[in-house]
Amino acid sequence: MKKSWWKILSFVLLVYTVVAGFLVAVPDLPIVHQSIRNLYFHVCMWFAMMILFIISFVYSIRYLNQSNYRYDIYARHFAAVGAYIGILGYATGAIWANYTWLTDQNQSFGSILKEPKLIGAAIALLIYGAYFVLRGSFTDIDKRARISAVYNIFAFVMLFPSIWIIPRMVGSLHPGGQGGEMGNPALNAQKDLDASMRMVFYPAVIGWALLGVWIATLKIRIQLITDKTLLHEEISPGVNNK
Amino acid sequence: MKKSAPASIINKLLLVMAGLFFYTASFAQDKPVSEDLMRSNGKIYVVVAVCLTILAGLFIYVISIDRKISKIEKDN
Repeated sequence: MKKSWWKILSFVLLVYTVVAGFLVAVPDLPIVHQSIRNLYFHVCMWFAMMILFIISFVYSIRYLNQSNYRYDIYARHFAAVGAYIGILGYATGAIWANYTWLTDQNQSFGSILKEPKLIGAAIALLIYGAYFVLRGSFTDIDKRARISAVYNIFAFVMLFPSIWIIPRMVGSLHPGGQGGEMGNPALNAQKDLDASMRMVFYPAVIGWALLGVWIATLKIRIQLITDKTLLHEEISPGVNNK
Repeated sequence: MKKSAPASIINKLLLVMAGLFFYTASFAQDKPVSEDLMRSNGKIYVVVAVCLTILAGLFIYVISIDRKISKIEKDN
């Protein structure tokens, strides 16, 4: 095992997340009550997804810059783990919504389906789904790497309107929508997130993101071994192939 | 079968002790549950323990995969 401090940090932070996340007192708000602790798990999935997509995006740009096949592998696997974590975020959100919006807030199922953040997240994940379909449809490796890098940049840019901007401009059940009292959920240090919860939430985000990065590096290393011959063929002067 | 006396006595003693243990254990269920750490606060610590077990299991799995890949990388 490649010993790295950040792998240990990930474990320590996640143990802290579980222990402090369950035991530290949280403000008792109506409807959500203790389920606000999902902030350390459900919300962190989306933050970790975002961080992994940012890494994927950076490697796609680097691929276009240097045409190093290695970066194409990096971009692909960071996007894959990011999308997987996004699906986990969706699944956990479904459970949370069932016990808060649907039952205790008496929202109809239809109004939950109309929830803009759900639609936006679905669009974003489907756009990333198309990235993998696109990748799979090429037989030519160079063409695949180049076109999917361009598409990955588009997919990343589409995240911003679909999950960050539009859900905040319309009425939303999620905190942060129009008409709600909360301005910037999770990130407004002054009033929107309790100080004790921030002490758990931020380390939790880092811990989950590091775990995602770790899994992505494992997938990348397997791919690098399988594509070893390809990588050797590709060595050209001026390209740092390690 | 030749068996030294002390050994057989110890064996019998262990058997009796085991019997006593299960005897008291069967009684423990009838008693009101003691308020130890794991049972305090609505048994939330049980949930913490379960989640930590899952987390530990996940990490052991990831570490073992990491090690295997490192080994393959070294062989190549």
